[in-house]
Amino acid sequence: MSAPNKSYDPVEVEALKPQEIERMRDEALAAFAAAADLEALREAKAAHMGDRSPLALANREIGALPPQAKAEAGKRVGMARGAVNKALAARQTELEAERDARVLVEEAVDVTLPHDRVPAGARHPLTTLCERIEDVFVAMGYEVAEGPEVEAEWFNFDALNFEPDHPARAMQDTFFVEGKDKKQESGVVLRTHTSPVQVRSMLDREPPVYVVCPGRVYRTDELDATHTPVFHQVELLAIDEGLTMADLKGTIEHMVRSLFGEGLTTRLRPNYFPFTEPSAELDMECYVCRGESVGNPEKACRTCSSEGWIELGGCGMVNPRVLVAAGIDPEKYSGFAFGFGIERMLMFRHNVEDMRDMVEGDVRFTRPFGMEI
Amino acid sequence: MRAPLSWLREYVDLPAGETGRDVQAKLIAAGLEVERVEQLGADIKGPLVVGKVLTIEELEGFRKPIRFCTVDVGDANGTGEPQEIVCGARNFSVGDKVVVVLPGAELPGGFAIAARKTYGRVSHGMICSGEELGMGDDGKGGIIVLSPEHEAGTDAIELLQLVDEVLDIAVTPDRGYCLSMRGIAREAATAYGLPLRDPALLDVPAPNGYGYPVQVADPTGCDRFTARTVTGLDPEARSPIWLQRRLQKAGMRPVSLAVDITNYVMLELGQPLHAYDRSRVDGTLGVRRALPGEKLTTLDGTKRVLDAEDLVITDNRGPIGLAGVMGGADTEIADHEAGQGTTEVVIEAAHFDPVVVARAARRHKLSSEASKRFERGVDPQAASAAAQRTVDLLVLLAGGTAEAGVTEVVAPSGPRTITLSADRPDRVAGVEYGRETVVRRLQEVGCDVYGQDELIVTVPSWRPDLTDPNDLAEEVIRLEGYENLPSTLPQPPAGRGLTPRQRLHRRVGRALAGAGYVEALNYPFIGEWALDHLGLEADDPRRTAVRLVNPLSDAEPLLRTTLLPGLFAALRRNDSRGEHDLALFETGLVFRPTGDELAPVRLPVDRRPTDEEIAALDAALPRQPRRAAVVLAGARERAGWWGQGRPSTWADAVEAGRAVAREAGVELIVRQDQQAPFHPGRCAALLAVVDGEEVLVGNAGELHPRVTKAFGLPERTCAMEIELDRLEQAGTGPVTAPHVSAFPVATQDVALVVDASVAAADVEAALRSGAGELLESLRLFDVFTGPQLGEGKKSLAYALRFRADDRTLTAEEASAARDAAVRAAVESTGAVLRG
Repeated sequence: MSAPNKSYDPVEVEALKPQEIERMRDEALAAFAAAADLEALREAKAAHMGDRSPLALANREIGALPPQAKAEAGKRVGMARGAVNKALAARQTELEAERDARVLVEEAVDVTLPHDRVPAGARHPLTTLCERIEDVFVAMGYEVAEGPEVEAEWFNFDALNFEPDHPARAMQDTFFVEGKDKKQESGVVLRTHTSPVQVRSMLDREPPVYVVCPGRVYRTDELDATHTPVFHQVELLAIDEGLTMADLKGTIEHMVRSLFGEGLTTRLRPNYFPFTEPSAELDMECYVCRGESVGNPEKACRTCSSEGWIELGGCGMVNPRVLVAAGIDPEKYSGFAFGFGIERMLMFRHNVEDMRDMVEGDVRFTRPFGMEI
Repeated sequence: MRAPLSWLREYVDLPAGETGRDVQAKLIAAGLEVERVEQLGADIKGPLVVGKVLTIEELEGFRKPIRFCTVDVGDANGTGEPQEIVCGARNFSVGDKVVVVLPGAELPGGFAIAARKTYGRVSHGMICSGEELGMGDDGKGGIIVLSPEHEAGTDAIELLQLVDEVLDIAVTPDRGYCLSMRGIAREAATAYGLPLRDPALLDVPAPNGYGYPVQVADPTGCDRFTARTVTGLDPEARSPIWLQRRLQKAGMRPVSLAVDITNYVMLELGQPLHAYDRSRVDGTLGVRRALPGEKLTTLDGTKRVLDAEDLVITDNRGPIGLAGVMGGADTEIADHEAGQGTTEVVIEAAHFDPVVVARAARRHKLSSEASKRFERGVDPQAASAAAQRTVDLLVLLAGGTAEAGVTEVVAPSGPRTITLSADRPDRVAGVEYGRETVVRRLQEVGCDVYGQDELIVTVPSWRPDLTDPNDLAEEVIRLEGYENLPSTLPQPPAGRGLTPRQRLHRRVGRALAGAGYVEALNYPFIGEWALDHLGLEADDPRRTAVRLVNPLSDAEPLLRTTLLPGLFAALRRNDSRGEHDLALFETGLVFRPTGDELAPVRLPVDRRPTDEEIAALDAALPRQPRRAAVVLAGARERAGWWGQGRPSTWADAVEAGRAVAREAGVELIVRQDQQAPFHPGRCAALLAVVDGEEVLVGNAGELHPRVTKAFGLPERTCAMEIELDRLEQAGTGPVTAPHVSAFPVATQDVALVVDASVAAADVEAALRSGAGELLESLRLFDVFTGPQLGEGKKSLAYALRFRADDRTLTAEEASAARDAAVRAAVESTGAVLRG
């Protein structure tokens, strides 16, 4: 800025005329508006707001005016510069936003690219189905009990009222363990059911006893589409005062409803097992057709073969002889037991067509089941 | 047991329109497992008639002999003219009565009959064999030749009783009496509420002293022996059609009249019988245990060495039958076709001990119709009726004469009674039946019932399975209908949920699956070859395995002592099916006998065994720890648009071990190891601290190249196996929350040069011990080898983070702590601080 000009000639300060100030302002506003990017805006700013810009020069001339004109011109130039500054800031914000948006667009990626860097793992559906069933009973207050798979015959048979030469014993297709002396029977078998865990549970606990016993069991069947020599069972055992077959039926019904849907019923059919008396086969109402397929070829049901019922497993009231062998007073306590195969349930619950799929460990079979079932 | 509906109707007047399916439903509800209802002859369509062979012309020039016959079929062909039929069978002659199917008819299997040209002639129908009519095996082959009394033109569908329904019943071991028509009829009668005509209610002459001599030396093995004799049998007599048909429908093969009759009576009454050719029996029939070394050739032609426990039927020469199992060949009834026919028989109707018979059948691997019934319990009271029925049929069908002598040797026994609270069935079922219903139902079963609140129940002789009050309760409840039981929900005491051990097992499975492993559940059967393939030393404890007496495959008679062979097989299977980037896991039991297991004692079942007895039983079992294992092959991280992939390595296997241990709250100690089946330079021992001691809990690493080759696995397959039960013991219990300091961290990096053989874990341990309390964390961020370090050296670079709880550390404090750490490493590992 030059020194104040004491001797001035209003005619010479053309730049401070109101029209000139307005023109300068309008030119600046137009230049900012026309700036297409931040670089252009920077140039426009230098041209219209820089030290050598018309408004800056005009401002410098104010000092040369007489005092009365000085205030007026100062006000005029100040307002113009204010407007221009405001417009510059607005345009700056606008262009920065545009630039940011453009950069983000340029940084865009194809988010649909697959990321199967580490393929997902999965738990075996037999494991997760066992756990689902355990959870149903644990929620009712049952404990989960486990036991050895190589088991003494006393636990697997004798204590369960299988008499030594009773045909029921031969029905179980047992794997026998070789003794030290090969000619002698070792008295040890691969458990044919998880019932020995029931006996162990009764021996370990004071009644009332409410346990669910999941586990692997063994029978000498060759592997085919519907049989496997190694399979999984879940059994449950309840020992308490005054338990009845109605309690058994209600308990299984609760499980069936938890796993397959509300309102499903169960049906008992007489059968024979040495460890229960009375004994029954237990069927559940078909959860797919709910009986609508029976006698109705148009609504044929694959799950229950249009029978309306699905065979679930064997059950009954614990034979008082079993209670005696386990040290429980059969006059005071009664109990019920129920057991069923998990492979079969997995088959009808998830349309598994071949038992071998559960055995072979093919990852293509197991992966889709994920972590829960 | 196969029960023809037509036969059943002989004892129960079932409603006329009742189908096999209807009866099936009723019997299932009553507790008989009727597996299916076979529809016999449902697809047969006539005309099927009796024909009389008029002429036979032998046709020459064909590959097999062919006959062109004319057969009189009466008016069945509409003309009365002889029917011209070409036939390939040869077991008939002119004048024989045969079964002829005429054009327009249909035989089982949709076999439509029409006149057709064959062997140069036109055949207007067919002469039928039993098989073509779906009659089952008649044991003879060829076409059916009927006895001469049947008129030509008679409808043969009815004559041969081709149309019927057969209930196929899987009889449970407690229902031995249902291995007879009598038993099934009793159940049907009760189910329908109809009276039963009991076929065992026969007039039987009283025993006397002049029957065939019998001596029972073992009255516990044989508590009843009835012998009857029939003479003057016509050796030419054959079983009538009805008898043959009933046997066939029940699944048995007609043999000869005398044998057919004993089989028939067994099916009818459930009493196994034996008929001896009297001329071939030498003197008194005896019942005793076999003498060691005695031999017997049974009817199936097998020569057997008898056991001292075997109960045998004898004559003066020695054993002539294995009691309750099978007769001997020497006294067999001779068929007239085989030469001299039998004209005199001795009939045995005896009752043998179920256990004795069961053991003999098992010992000789000889299950027969007789042994099946004796094992399950035969009605001892039915023996004399069965003998009588056999005598009657022999007289009726074979023209024999019943001799007056009746031998009965009976060991005295009283009726069996059970005391039953009248409300017990109610308490078992959870239903109020009331005393009256209970008594009525028990009477229907055949019991005699006395008493009011305490019922004295005498069980019928044919129900040896009814021994306990609950057995009687079941009878009441099943007859009242299981389908009518209500549902109630008991209220167990409040539970504690899963045990820590069970929660651990679930977490381990989830952690491994979360890390990309897929669970496989493998059979635990292995062979010695697998242990060899693993490269185990001769004295490796993993070679001590449980051996099965009866393995499914002789190649795999052992139970696994490690989870790895099963996982290897699964890995290989997946690999061969085209999945090459694999990570599998299994958790399960392994079986580790010590060789010191004792044979278990046989404990009683009439009381609780003592704790000592239970412990003795458990001592007979191998240790069965639960383990987790993984196998890895191919890429752990796959290549893709993000860049290179990464093959799975020993380090992934070790990390899997750490991941499992973390779930148990255990920080593993990892050490270099050399252990089969691993690569000797790439094998980690996984250790945990149990009760202050370091315990080996598992191994991990890359497999030995010989092992991958032996098992056919991809190269560089890696594996880990860890014992969960030991990890569980090493768990540190609840975590104490750390104090989280808000003061700034001071970071110091150090690079240490050590011999290549020094384990990184040792260097780290030394640094930690030297760094003192200010050390917050320590991390190895680089491992470097190169010529500038010198031969056999490596550089380990660590980032150390120091922080104090109560102040900002000065640079001097942090440096002092770092220097202390380095000093410790230098002292214990010979490390040199790098540049």
